[in-house]
Amino acid sequence: MINKSLKELAQALAAKQISSVELSTLFLDRIERLNPTLNAFVTVDREKSLAMARDADARIAAASGAKPAGPLTGIPIAQKDIFCAEGWTTTCGSKMLANFVSPYDATVIEKMHRDAGLVSLGKTNMDEFAMGSSNETSFFGPVRNPWDTSRVPGGSSGGSAAAVAARLAPAATGTDTGGSIRQPAALCNLTGLKPTYGVVSRYGMIAFASSLDQGGPMAASAEDCALLLNTMVGFDERDSTSLDRPVEDYVRGLEKPLNGLRIGLPKEFFGEGCDAEVMAAVRAAIAEYEKLGASTVEVSLPNSHLSVPAYYVIAPAEASSNLSRFDGVRYGYRAPDYGNLDDMYAKTRAQGFGAEVKRRILIGAYVLSHGYYDAYYLQAQRIRRLIANDFVEAFKSCDVIMGPTSPSTAFKLGEKAADPVQMYLSDIYTIAVNLAGLPGMSVPCGFVGGLPVGLQLIGNYFAEGQLLNVAHRYQQATDWHLRRPASAA
Amino acid sequence: MTQWEVVIGIETHAQLSTVSKIFSGASTAFGAEPNTQACAVDLALPGVLPVLNKKAVDCAIRFGLAIGAEVAQKSVFARKNYFYPDLPKGYQISQMDLPVVVGGQLALQVGQGDKVYEKLVRLTRAHLEEDAGKSLHEDFHGKSGIDLNRAGTPLLEIVSEPDMRSSDEAVAYARALHALVRWIGICDGNMQEGSFRCDANVSVRPKGQAEFGTRREIKNLNSFRFLKEAIDFEVQWQINEIEEGRKIQQATVLFDPDSGETRMMRSKEDAHDYRYFPDPDLLPLAISTDWIANVRGELPELPGQKRERFVSELGLSAYDASALTASQEIADFFEATVALAGKNNAKPCANWVMVDLAARLNKEGKEIAESPVAAGQLAGLILRIADNTISNNIAKKVFEALWNGDGATADEVIDKQGLKQITDTGAIEKLVDEVLAANAANVAEFKAGKEKAFNALVGQVMKAAKGKANPQQVNDLLKQKLAG
Repeated sequence: MINKSLKELAQALAAKQISSVELSTLFLDRIERLNPTLNAFVTVDREKSLAMARDADARIAAASGAKPAGPLTGIPIAQKDIFCAEGWTTTCGSKMLANFVSPYDATVIEKMHRDAGLVSLGKTNMDEFAMGSSNETSFFGPVRNPWDTSRVPGGSSGGSAAAVAARLAPAATGTDTGGSIRQPAALCNLTGLKPTYGVVSRYGMIAFASSLDQGGPMAASAEDCALLLNTMVGFDERDSTSLDRPVEDYVRGLEKPLNGLRIGLPKEFFGEGCDAEVMAAVRAAIAEYEKLGASTVEVSLPNSHLSVPAYYVIAPAEASSNLSRFDGVRYGYRAPDYGNLDDMYAKTRAQGFGAEVKRRILIGAYVLSHGYYDAYYLQAQRIRRLIANDFVEAFKSCDVIMGPTSPSTAFKLGEKAADPVQMYLSDIYTIAVNLAGLPGMSVPCGFVGGLPVGLQLIGNYFAEGQLLNVAHRYQQATDWHLRRPASAA
Repeated sequence: MTQWEVVIGIETHAQLSTVSKIFSGASTAFGAEPNTQACAVDLALPGVLPVLNKKAVDCAIRFGLAIGAEVAQKSVFARKNYFYPDLPKGYQISQMDLPVVVGGQLALQVGQGDKVYEKLVRLTRAHLEEDAGKSLHEDFHGKSGIDLNRAGTPLLEIVSEPDMRSSDEAVAYARALHALVRWIGICDGNMQEGSFRCDANVSVRPKGQAEFGTRREIKNLNSFRFLKEAIDFEVQWQINEIEEGRKIQQATVLFDPDSGETRMMRSKEDAHDYRYFPDPDLLPLAISTDWIANVRGELPELPGQKRERFVSELGLSAYDASALTASQEIADFFEATVALAGKNNAKPCANWVMVDLAARLNKEGKEIAESPVAAGQLAGLILRIADNTISNNIAKKVFEALWNGDGATADEVIDKQGLKQITDTGAIEKLVDEVLAANAANVAEFKAGKEKAFNALVGQVMKAAKGKANPQQVNDLLKQKLAG
């Protein structure tokens, strides 16, 4: 049961082979058993989860031909602890919010649980305020990769990735500001999708870098991602950057054959800087696509080498302002001893934030300050436009762009923790996608030394459906995505 | 001795009269229990996002059109970053590089009576922003309380050019702006509640010097009187400083109404670096020509237009026209009065509204909208003066009766109290004869050249007539008899 797809689980629930309470209990028991090793969840509340499951069972029981339950009603999932959920502690991986119980639901939470009837198994661990690529910056300790517990699961959605990979949950949500869905998906052998900016509401998703943040699904397959994405998307009047466009059914186009698909291979993604064996796995996957009827064409993203520096100006700039609300005045952590008001702010923020968050707040405040704004922030925005234009050019000659998701497989805990630049470079292939606002995916495409490798797919604006179709056809022809770590075998 | 010229520019924060806040759905009503009108967005809970209230934009467009400014097709919201307990997000959403309203001007009448002159003040810009909450320092045993009811209330910050040259001009500008924002219905203008507050940038320079002196900004002036007192004090202080050989340092100062003095709040060196940048949570504000046209269609006749019409159509002086357009309510009352009394009575209508009615209202602390004497009643009274049924003096009696509710119309009061003017020449002549006979001493004095004695005789006749004799006829008859 634990390795079934969402479609299979939905069928089992609809056929009353298993109840949502039973299914949820199964996963809650696995969490209880395996989470002490993996540290994938920061909050589990069995009673809350089972209450949701009972509700779902009632919905399934009350369903009729005229009024069916939602296609995923009763399926349990894990929620990244960046989404505010009413009555749930919502920490964002930070000491600052360790005691914060949200009084309201994020739009994504509302849609998935209240509307679609999904059951929450709990909140997953993450890099503090989503700032990190290894899940080592969490106040609640690092998450371990189920494929090798001495290694990182990637970040920032590392808890969600580890939870789904170890089958502590059938699927999970993640958020992606510079690769935080795709990179951990690659390192944990999952399929993960970052939608076009504006497709999934950001309301209630604790902001890291507002112009880059986007929520999305993390699951075992493209089909699971499509089903999950269907429950997450839609215009939200509470998010001014949400896009008002017709809702798509992402499952419908999954089976479309790939004949004539033009795959763009950016020469910048196939040069130096990537592990050779990872690259070999990526090339093998592309060869597989050619067998499925696709052709390849070389494209160029000439400004992609500027994406990491531009990102590390824009994202910290927005973060420095977004995180100002954590001041100890209204909620969250407040330093126990302080003198005057300034001292309260200083001590609260010095004690409440971890080192990486403080580093980014400092960088952000610096690049926005008088006299530096033009040289850093405005310059980075210009680069951002150049990068977006590169993609517009590239998509004139191809339908999807492919390359590696991450330059290496999962690295050891602590390996890059002391070297922020090395850490930042692990997102070298994913960041440009966020800067351009495009949809991107990571799909399992092989193993190196027993560790998973991810193939990155990048689509044009609103091409989520096409990306899922392209990933799904590959998964019909390969079985990388079906492989499980020992703990879930 | 150096002649000093004063240079003043004013920044005004006008709270916009929207039902809900500028970026959330919470109510903006004044006076609720602390923190009962602050929703998740106002509290800046993690994850919440701002959504722009279109009604606030309507207000900005109205204002832009009313001052003949350019309403920007594209403007941008920016974050002004600083920490303060009553600023929940740690930044204020405002507009910096691209404001919603650019340029425009305001015409003022400065001074009184014969010395009145018109002055045009140019406006630099007006932009939308959110208000902060309030810190409460009493009743918390050494700690401070925070009330976030006001947080997120929409403000229009209106910035003038440094075009004013005296505190009188500054006050005239503030009054004209105050009248305008109320007139077009975008701000209730309640200064006590902080709905309309001014910051004055003040500098002085030797007369004839082209460049401005160093300015100091007086913050948060919430009455016209304080505005004047603060500027007058500040100007004198700056002149003294310079004359004693000290330089003015750019600074922000506060006015203490009790001492009547300004004192330094922070110097330029302490000024914050607000690290403005475009708010990534809000798209640029796009205002279509259709939107502007719709708002234009809903605009009332503006005070300036009305003022011109009062001069050209009703023959009023610029001063009267200006006073009668000080607020929409006054103008409405005046126009209703003229509509019933006739355009040929516009001048007496203006006098009654501006002098007698205004004085009475002032005495009782009432607004014109609460006047016990309705426009129709006043018009009826003015018609009876015009057709000589009553004199101006008797009219004041009738007005008082109407004010006190002793009669529904002027005619009823005149009738009931027998106040109709005596115009029968025979009757008046009889009274004149009696007075002349009884006041031989006055007659002798007049004949000896004492003009004053004439007035005494008029008074005697009027007294005998219980005030009801037609004064002109009394005058004429007396003159005739004394000359004869």
